[in-house]
Amino acid sequence: MSSFDRFSGSDKYIADEQLLASVNAAIALERPLLVRGEPGTGKTMLARAVAETLNKPLYDWHVKSTTAAKEGLYNYDVVQRLNDSRFPEDAGRDVSDIRAYIKMGVLGQAFKAEEQVVLLIDEIDKADIEFPNDLLRELDEMAFTIPELDETVTAKHRPITIITSNAEKELPTAFLRRCVFHYIDFPDRARLQRIVDAHLPDLDKELVEAAILRFYGLRKVESLKKKPSTSELLDWLVVLARAGVHPEDIAARMPFIGTLIKRESDLETLASRSKHGFGVS
Amino acid sequence: MFDLLLFNLRTQSVRVGLGEWLAFLEGIRRGLVVDLDGLYSFGRSVLVQSETQFDAWDLAFQATFAGVELEPELNDALLSWLAEAEEIPGERIDLDMSFEEMRRLFHERLKEQKERHDGGSKWIGTGGTSPFGNSGRSNQGIRVGPGGQRSALAVAGQRKWANYRSDNQLDVRDFQVALRALRKLTKEGQLELDIDGTIQRTADNGGEIDLEFSRARQNKVHLVLLLDTGGSMDPHSRLVSQLFTAANEMKGFKSITTWHFHNVPYGYLYKDFANRDRRTIEDVLGELTPHHRLVWVGDASMAPWELFGQHYSNPWATSEADSGPGLNGLGWLKRIQEQCPASVWLNPDPERYWAHPTVSAIGGIYPMFPLTLDGLRDAVSKLRAPV
Repeated sequence: MSSFDRFSGSDKYIADEQLLASVNAAIALERPLLVRGEPGTGKTMLARAVAETLNKPLYDWHVKSTTAAKEGLYNYDVVQRLNDSRFPEDAGRDVSDIRAYIKMGVLGQAFKAEEQVVLLIDEIDKADIEFPNDLLRELDEMAFTIPELDETVTAKHRPITIITSNAEKELPTAFLRRCVFHYIDFPDRARLQRIVDAHLPDLDKELVEAAILRFYGLRKVESLKKKPSTSELLDWLVVLARAGVHPEDIAARMPFIGTLIKRESDLETLASRSKHGFGVS
Repeated sequence: MFDLLLFNLRTQSVRVGLGEWLAFLEGIRRGLVVDLDGLYSFGRSVLVQSETQFDAWDLAFQATFAGVELEPELNDALLSWLAEAEEIPGERIDLDMSFEEMRRLFHERLKEQKERHDGGSKWIGTGGTSPFGNSGRSNQGIRVGPGGQRSALAVAGQRKWANYRSDNQLDVRDFQVALRALRKLTKEGQLELDIDGTIQRTADNGGEIDLEFSRARQNKVHLVLLLDTGGSMDPHSRLVSQLFTAANEMKGFKSITTWHFHNVPYGYLYKDFANRDRRTIEDVLGELTPHHRLVWVGDASMAPWELFGQHYSNPWATSEADSGPGLNGLGWLKRIQEQCPASVWLNPDPERYWAHPTVSAIGGIYPMFPLTLDGLRDAVSKLRAPV
């Protein structure tokens, strides 16, 4: 068996078998890992945990709606150069050297790194629908060309690439075919308990149990537009613990519900349910 | 040796490409997989790219490694194939046959075919069409439970991903790609510094800065969606809402407006039926420019009197004031078409239902296309053509 770095979860990141298999398949096959799932299921956390466990630097490219694929590769600061050519005495760099004006983007930095790095392309679905297609060659060959220099930047070590996407938007097929895919399902009771224990080890057991019970009850309410997620449960537990809420109170009413339910319409839904005697147990 | 898995996946409409398949084999060659559990996890990560297909993966995995057959009554593709195959003359089978008999026959047939067709990838042939087609359609299908002791198969047998399935052909993305073609980019809008042009001119000028400005490219097209809502459109609501979502998420149109109507518009178009939030058609028409493109979405099927009747200028009118300037349904449609000739009608009903008199009448006014990806593409190229 050939050897490669293996990821086996970390102290803070509790992964299931399937996720470990996906991460290790991506590392071994040198393909990007595409992680999809509901918001708050720990997609971004995964990249951090992988970087931390394998002891590799993390390069984080956070995609926004205005991000273009080229920004991740490099940027030629032509305006600065124009300005420097007018006022060369203030420039502090050599105007005739085009390299002084080419700055690497996150992807470029990751390719140029001297060691293998973990590259996170976060929320790829936020950008324009053609964005993933623009990165096909770059991710396939881990190389790109800078026409201004007539130079090709090739990754010295293929980065371990983790791409996250919310479950809402479809990505192009050609892009999907190049990725190892993982869907982060919502954790079951046992795994959620382990996640809570990993993040908040000192909490009162009874409180945690009551809160988790209540939390799953809430997630079962079909009419909620935004179901509470793991990260919100963790916030809620911290608030409950700080306020010294008694476990019995959690069962009876729902203190600090605003931590879990963020939409006004969802709060109204819950209020009308409890009025009509459909508890959220 | 994994060919059977590939065929089973493709039978389940998981379109595994050669690239993924080679990656999968490469992983196995390099020893990433040591047992069946590992094969399940590894295979799913590499070969399946959407949680909507995890269920299909579970079925194919089971079929391959447990000798457990796929569940025919759940396989939509098979069902539609059986429906088509209905006409094929073949052996007819007694419809009163008991379920047990049918089941026995099914397995016999399946066994036969495994032997004949190299590994059972074509596990139902034409010979079996009639009996099992019947059973499938009468919800009396043959269910084969999960088998095997291994945990990967138990996981696959649970079919926990069944709810994530989406066998719909069109998704929001497909719509968006089709709608994109509608954009017409023109240079207008704010002046911006044209950096490439400036550098060129500055260089030509011997280093003395010479600024060049140009206008950014902008899309001039206004998209107006007119949606038939309620009644016979209810079965299509999911498809229509996908189109709606696709259009609204699109960037680049100058504006996107949505109006609702029921069957045909009479006098008014509605923002929201429930709140009776509406505008008169005349008002809406007044705002249309040559850059507006109208996309009607409706099944165009209704009682003929609604469209042609002279006395029903607005059959839903609750007061005199509601009845408008006395046009009938067809009249209103013509009126709007004259004002904005760049319009198309998308019909979610399959084309074989279009022989209805109201459908052909509306089809005579607006070019009508089916609400499918091809239909939308054709509609978009119609809209792009100069009017």
